[in-house]
Amino acid sequence: MLDLSIRQTLGAFTLDIAFTAEEAGVTALFGRSGSGKTSVINAIAGLTRPDSGRIRVGDTVFFDSARRIDVPVEKRRVGYVFQDSRLFPHMTVRGNLDYGLRRVPAGDRRIAFGPVVDLLGLAPLLDRRPRGLSGGEKQRVAVGRALLAQPRLLLMDEPMASLDAARKAEIMPYIERLRDEMAIPIVLVSHALDEVVRLATTMVLIGEGRVRAVGPVGTVMGRLDLSAATGAQDAGAVLDLTVERQEEADGLTVLAFDGGRLTVPRVDRPPGAAVRLHIHARDVIVALQAPTGVSVRNALPARVVEVAESGPSSADVRMAVGGSFLIARITRAAVRELGLAPGRPVVALVKGIAFEPESGNGGGTGRGRVVDV
Amino acid sequence: MDILTPMETTALLLSLRVAGVAIALGLPVAVVAAWILGRYSFPGKTLVDGLVHLPLVLPPVVTGYILLVTMGTKGVIGGWLYHTLGIKLIFTAEGASLAVAVTSFPLMVRAIRLSVEAIDGGLEAAARTLGAGPVDRFFTILLPLMAPGLLSGAIVAFAAAMGEFGAVITFVSNIPGQTQTLPLAIYAATQEPGGDAVAARLATISFAVALVALTLSEVLASRVRRLIGQT
Repeated sequence: MLDLSIRQTLGAFTLDIAFTAEEAGVTALFGRSGSGKTSVINAIAGLTRPDSGRIRVGDTVFFDSARRIDVPVEKRRVGYVFQDSRLFPHMTVRGNLDYGLRRVPAGDRRIAFGPVVDLLGLAPLLDRRPRGLSGGEKQRVAVGRALLAQPRLLLMDEPMASLDAARKAEIMPYIERLRDEMAIPIVLVSHALDEVVRLATTMVLIGEGRVRAVGPVGTVMGRLDLSAATGAQDAGAVLDLTVERQEEADGLTVLAFDGGRLTVPRVDRPPGAAVRLHIHARDVIVALQAPTGVSVRNALPARVVEVAESGPSSADVRMAVGGSFLIARITRAAVRELGLAPGRPVVALVKGIAFEPESGNGGGTGRGRVVDV
Repeated sequence: MDILTPMETTALLLSLRVAGVAIALGLPVAVVAAWILGRYSFPGKTLVDGLVHLPLVLPPVVTGYILLVTMGTKGVIGGWLYHTLGIKLIFTAEGASLAVAVTSFPLMVRAIRLSVEAIDGGLEAAARTLGAGPVDRFFTILLPLMAPGLLSGAIVAFAAAMGEFGAVITFVSNIPGQTQTLPLAIYAATQEPGGDAVAARLATISFAVALVALTLSEVLASRVRRLIGQT
């Protein structure tokens, strides 16, 4: 477990961050560029030193200003995947992978060379130099190198920011496998919402050096007061669903969650597989009764939880759908005319769904594609 | 040896030895100096930088004179070396090595420092996260990556050391077989009647040595660059 609470003056503003992250899974530090995200993981790694606070990973205290503890970077055993890879140019891929591994006593080596090479698909690259690798390949090597150093915690600083959409789509599945197959907590810094929605278990929303919100991705994304911080254009809810069945004849897939079912264009996954969808607020329509004679196929019974202004003429309506939430962005006039207020039963019509690339419908575009349903 | 006379052979071998010893002793110091100057900032850095470069701008005769005053058997350091350790630098080949080490030192530091500064500091940060301490990082990351600069710096400094005249003649004089390196032998030849032919032959040797050194420097540096993945 990561337990962090730090203060640090950073030029124009003060970083004042506290959060805890679980033993496994991905904790995403999400926020705009310059919000202080990278400073947080640099402090965890020990590359920068906070003015005060404490950082603990499991039973090990890395930093505690009150007790004057500041473990040097090289003794922290924290894996760090840098945005720019930072592979050693004078070594082969194998040499790079070995660098951290060789510096760990043989008895402490839980993560072995072979499985990491397999996990990240590095076998064909082993004898090559970093110079000849593509951006995506470099990042995969960097991830492998960090993993083989037997880290207690893996830090990733915008690992996909310097990659084009195709390379990003190529590396995402590897990070997912890492998350699902390795029992190492990962802290991912990102300003790309699609990465966070797809990879994160926990989301830490950071703005101007402060933690704005912490929680499961669906919960943080479902909060109306944060839509400005997450990006007004991308405002919307995140749903975790499972594949229920394929309707081959129509090329559709039925997805189930605790609030009902969604029918979407074919998702190339077996029944039972988990799918996460990002449903933009602008793609959700609110109706008082289930409509007839419309083309929209997904109508979910819902209950209004919260209404908040989101622009000069618009409002965001948060609705509970089973145990999950949906957000609709509609006009304030509509809110008034329909009498939308907390507690009111409604029907949420989902007009479009943003597919994250994992679902197989996003193609190689990297960014989730919105499809009408 | 038919091509060279015994006197010419002696001068050539002595020059190679004097320059070789000077570079072998000066290089580790130059690497450390280049590393510190290229990577760290500290109070008085400008002063240290100036001192390192001083022999480059000072007339070599002055450098030789300073050595004579401080390192001679009556000098502060030289006297101590002579009386306690029995080491005599003045009028010896070792003294010649010291003189050329001092004058060629800035050339080495400059070349190595350039390559230190060209190394991405992020690589060292990455090595730290992978568990490498300072000494470990120096030998596994910095040293291999500064190798091209180190090599070309050493070779250019070696060539310059072979040709150093003023500092050598001022500090250790011009004694055939002991301190008479190639440039000193050339000078001596030009002072003697009928010595023009000898001087011309010695000059040709100097020319050849310099050319070989420069070519070698280029070839080796590009080999090393390929070896460390820079090209």
